[in-house]
Amino acid sequence: MSEVTFRGAIQQALAEALESDDRVFLLGEDIAAAGGAFKVTEGLLERFGRERVLDTPISEQAIIGTAVGAALRGLRPVAELMFADFSGVCFDQIANQLAKYRYVTGGQARVPATIRMANGAGGGFAAQHSQTVENWFLNVPGVKIAVPGSPADAYDLMHASIVDEDPVLFFEHKLMMNVKGDIEPDREPAVLGRACVVRPGTDVTLVATQLMRVRADEAAETLAESGVSVEVIDPRTLVPLDVATVLTSLERTGRLLVVQESPFAGSWGATLIAAVTRDALELLDAPPRIVCGDDTPVPYAGVMEEAWLPTPDRVVAAVEELMRA
Amino acid sequence: MTTTEDQPGAKQATVSTEQLLDLLRSMTEIRLFEEETQRLFMANLVRGSTHLCSGQEAVVVGACAALRPEDSMLCTYRGHGALLAKGAPLDRTFAEILGKADGLCRGKGGSMHLTDLSCGAYGSVATVGAHLPIAVGLGFASKYTGSDDVCICFFGDGATNIGAFHEALNLAAIWKLPVIFVCENNLYGEYTALHLSTPIERLADRAASFGMPGIAIDGNDVLVMFDAVAAAATRARAGDGSTLIEALTYRHKGHSRADPGRYRPQAEVDGWLKRDPIDIARAALSERGVEQSALDELRQAAAERVRDAANRAVAWHEPAPESRLEDVWA
Repeated sequence: MSEVTFRGAIQQALAEALESDDRVFLLGEDIAAAGGAFKVTEGLLERFGRERVLDTPISEQAIIGTAVGAALRGLRPVAELMFADFSGVCFDQIANQLAKYRYVTGGQARVPATIRMANGAGGGFAAQHSQTVENWFLNVPGVKIAVPGSPADAYDLMHASIVDEDPVLFFEHKLMMNVKGDIEPDREPAVLGRACVVRPGTDVTLVATQLMRVRADEAAETLAESGVSVEVIDPRTLVPLDVATVLTSLERTGRLLVVQESPFAGSWGATLIAAVTRDALELLDAPPRIVCGDDTPVPYAGVMEEAWLPTPDRVVAAVEELMRA
Repeated sequence: MTTTEDQPGAKQATVSTEQLLDLLRSMTEIRLFEEETQRLFMANLVRGSTHLCSGQEAVVVGACAALRPEDSMLCTYRGHGALLAKGAPLDRTFAEILGKADGLCRGKGGSMHLTDLSCGAYGSVATVGAHLPIAVGLGFASKYTGSDDVCICFFGDGATNIGAFHEALNLAAIWKLPVIFVCENNLYGEYTALHLSTPIERLADRAASFGMPGIAIDGNDVLVMFDAVAAAATRARAGDGSTLIEALTYRHKGHSRADPGRYRPQAEVDGWLKRDPIDIARAALSERGVEQSALDELRQAAAERVRDAANRAVAWHEPAPESRLEDVWA
């Protein structure tokens, strides 16, 4: 066990993968000489050389296409899109090529590529550098989606993503880079598609990822002081989505709250609530609730962005309303 | 660095008469395959759309013959010929277009996604130009693993106006990757004439902006294609990087099944029909002393093989509906 930052956890996982598997290589804009916009890949060029840690032109389609082609030949590319929002530039490569290659070839081809992207609001980066774009890809069968919410999960899920035979979109929340936590390098490799119970509880099931998991945990702490027991669950991957763990929790609590950063429409939270009401309506003692970003672009000014992002206070208020329902 | 040659000269001694007969056999099979596909389509046995490559056979046949089986190939949704040229079996290719369980892609891809990894056909890609960056990745893998395999990537003239073309050639150039980019310039991007969509006539000239050799050649002469790709492959295997080849050719049919191609001037169509790549190869064989009767027999045998393959594929069973849930994380 050792304590590292979220950034350091990903960096360590990448370094270990580069060390143990010659097929692994990294590519992206400014990831080598500059160590990445968020310094996640800092030092890897020096350790592994420019054959395996490659700066690319500002060419998102070429970055993802290169990852697809290399993976088709058996390599394990880890590509970085500097900001997740830039996946819009190469949406075709991700949604039409990367995701569908295995299917349209009748299983002949596998594309074991990992695409890293910095997502999330709260940093004052405005509308084109702040989105939780993981939601864009929920409707694209063929990709798995990892959304780590702690250094340990970032470390475990990065390893799991690189060894996975299918493509994984791996989201790194830019406000979590300096969050500290323990990782366990010698543990069994994680499996994509397993939620974790961040905090056990009996009154309300609260499901959240990444920055919202951190804020949900804070809210749960506050609520505990007033005698409300909140179970916080982090699905860790949105595809596959571990609905079963949520249902197990609901058997005890009967109350569901989703806290997410993204707008409601077409989001993972809306999908989860639909799955729960479809599969297990009888478990619910109250209508499920969701706390989420507004259905607007992410605003720039500090006061507006703060109001846009769900806060621990809003989570506390939503839990209290849910308890009264 | 760019050398644009409209007539690169006749360095045709590299292909023996026996090999040239093979090339003609392959082109003839592809032509007949497309005619059979059209018949199957009209008989309502083929779903969706078909994009026939009749008239463009010399490009893919000459190019693939100049490569090794382990070299990788990517092509477009007009890719029946490219798959067959790279070595895909006639019957399983028909079967995929017919949506059969034993089709190349188990009936999941169809005409626009033909793939056969066993012969290096890494995929037909159905969004214009999207496969050029993927070709960069296939080339990268060769360089990364120290293999001297090359990747050949066929695309249309229309693809040279999409961003992925420029991103891919740029990256292939700066990393000196073993990729042969072959532009099948058939003068029309879907229904629109090249001169209405593109401010230059010679697409090979675009190579100059990537510091890459670019040549324009007669794509209807299979020997010219063979020589050009052989030279590009030699460069690529030696670590000297990519080449852009513009192969001038013509679609005998419209863009897709519903398109009679009426936007093309009749004189232009007639002119190109007189330059049929199969006729050109037959003439070259006649010049080398091959009897007319031998050429006719070759065509007859090809027709039998194609017809038998189509008949087999038509008789094969359809996939189980449940198999739609396989080959994807869902």
